[in-house]
Amino acid sequence: MKLKSLLLAAVALATAAAGSAKTITLLNVSYDPTRELYVDYNAAFAKYWKAKTGAAVVVQQSHGGSGAQARSVVDGLQADVVTLALAADIDALHTICMLVPGVCQKRLPVHSTPYTSTIVLLVRKGNPKGIKDWDDVIRPGVSIVVANPKTSGGARWAYLAAWGYAQQRYGSEAKAREFITELYKHVPVLDSGARGATTTFVKNGIGDVALSWENEAFLAIKEFGADKFEIVVPSTSILAEPPVSVVDRVAKRKGTTAVAKAYLEYLYSDEGQDIAGRNFYRPRNAAIAAKYASVFPQIPLFTIDGLFGGWTKAQQTHFADGGVFDQIYQK
Amino acid sequence: MAGPASTLLAAGAPPRTAAHRATQDPAWLRWALIGTAIVFLGFFLFLPLVAVFAEGLAHGLRTYLASFREPDALAAIRLTLLTAGIAVPANLVFGVAAAWCITKFPFRGKSLLITLIDLPFAVSPVISGLIYVLVFGARGWFGSWFLDHNIAIIFAVPGIVLATIFVTFPFIARELIPLMQAQGSDEEMTAVTLGAGGWQIFWRVTLPNIKWGLLYGVILCNARAMGEFGAVSVVSGHIRGETNTMPLHVEILYNEYNFAAAFAVASLLALLALVTLALKTFVEWRSQQLGRT
Repeated sequence: MKLKSLLLAAVALATAAAGSAKTITLLNVSYDPTRELYVDYNAAFAKYWKAKTGAAVVVQQSHGGSGAQARSVVDGLQADVVTLALAADIDALHTICMLVPGVCQKRLPVHSTPYTSTIVLLVRKGNPKGIKDWDDVIRPGVSIVVANPKTSGGARWAYLAAWGYAQQRYGSEAKAREFITELYKHVPVLDSGARGATTTFVKNGIGDVALSWENEAFLAIKEFGADKFEIVVPSTSILAEPPVSVVDRVAKRKGTTAVAKAYLEYLYSDEGQDIAGRNFYRPRNAAIAAKYASVFPQIPLFTIDGLFGGWTKAQQTHFADGGVFDQIYQK
Repeated sequence: MAGPASTLLAAGAPPRTAAHRATQDPAWLRWALIGTAIVFLGFFLFLPLVAVFAEGLAHGLRTYLASFREPDALAAIRLTLLTAGIAVPANLVFGVAAAWCITKFPFRGKSLLITLIDLPFAVSPVISGLIYVLVFGARGWFGSWFLDHNIAIIFAVPGIVLATIFVTFPFIARELIPLMQAQGSDEEMTAVTLGAGGWQIFWRVTLPNIKWGLLYGVILCNARAMGEFGAVSVVSGHIRGETNTMPLHVEILYNEYNFAAAFAVASLLALLALVTLALKTFVEWRSQQLGRT
């Protein structure tokens, strides 16, 4: 009898302990190059949240091509938050299955993008092909590495960066289309994600120039050494805005809405911004950005809203089935 | 053992030179063929295998071993073992039942059943994965019902197990069917006339006869269950420490520029494959021996 009550007490105690020490688990479904950024940030956020509320939070990560990741979330991958490469992929969560309400770019400050990036040209050390700007990329004999714009967000930004340059430089959309058509003739393989493309370029030694996320290019140099690769800053490029959003329906079901919101908002804090800067993403916060001013080159950046009329339109015109990319790539 | 070998030698020794010209090709041709085969094997099988271990050990034994202490790596190994641990017994039961049914009883639609069993061999693993996304995905047939009841199938462990079972479905049945067909059902018939029941026949007659073939099938099934990439990749969702099996973990490490760790985990997979092959060879040798006596 005594033993039984003792056992019961132990069980009650154990369940109580488990209850109070229950850790919150969030799933952040992100695009390819943010792996290192979110490893750092998740640790920082867990510490912040523990200090603030006393609750432990573990953030799980899933990475892949931005379009493919959005597709998985549509198919039921239980993401509390998505941090994808471009607004169109998050908007797909709204238009296809109403997982998020409305246009994602209006939900958090500055287009829901706590950090930005751009597209630069990554070349081999000494720049053997003498690539200085976008025009040099399509010279005869230059081989280009870039991912598939159908599945990769970075590749879509790269496509639009090249298009924007050509349109501004040569003055018409027809000329820009010619430029892009020529560009993709120089691409031997299309990887499905940005990281795959970088690996193709740096590890497998394919190609003379990679059209890469600025953060990917910096990371490749950090990992492989400045004696192997260098970054060529083009005369102009695009302001790449990778947005973040809570996936409301999932978070509500899991009861994590509050912590998911805090997770994204903390990206805008000084610490969050600093982590972004350290991982080669351009911070939005001017004070923190100033700290990293020497890292990021000054490039005149055009925006997707200014030149392409926003993501919805750009996505329809260029990347939808039968869009411009399909037309030029099949030729 | 020594008996047949020595008689063979004794018989073969005297007319050796005579037999040579009549039955064999010129020396240069033989050596060219043997050489090509060796170079081919070395280049396409041996070299990559060595490369996996060499890359894994590139930064020394300590980093090699440290790759396995990573929580994500441990989780991947655990998940792989769990998946194989469920998929192989499930297919074992199914495979034996199907083979028994197909080879010991006549019935309508038998050839249709055999074709169905072969289906997973015929479709690409990516399709096998997508089937489950279409059925259990949030917008699939049963997806919303499962979501409402908080049951996770795809992008969770059940989906990975299901996809693995599907892909490894035919291995055991396919191994047993020809064997049991060749054996026929005479022994079972005899057992029936002697008054044995169904279970008795299965345990005392059928199972001992197919034992080695069954083991062979289990080994192949297990190898594929641990190594499957395509189908599992589609239903995994790639959540670290949660839904990544060893092959997926290798890809992730590689993509994170963590080449030494990627090849370390890859070498563990290769090692599992080598052990499997060794077991397979042993089983083959053993069953041949038993066949001879």
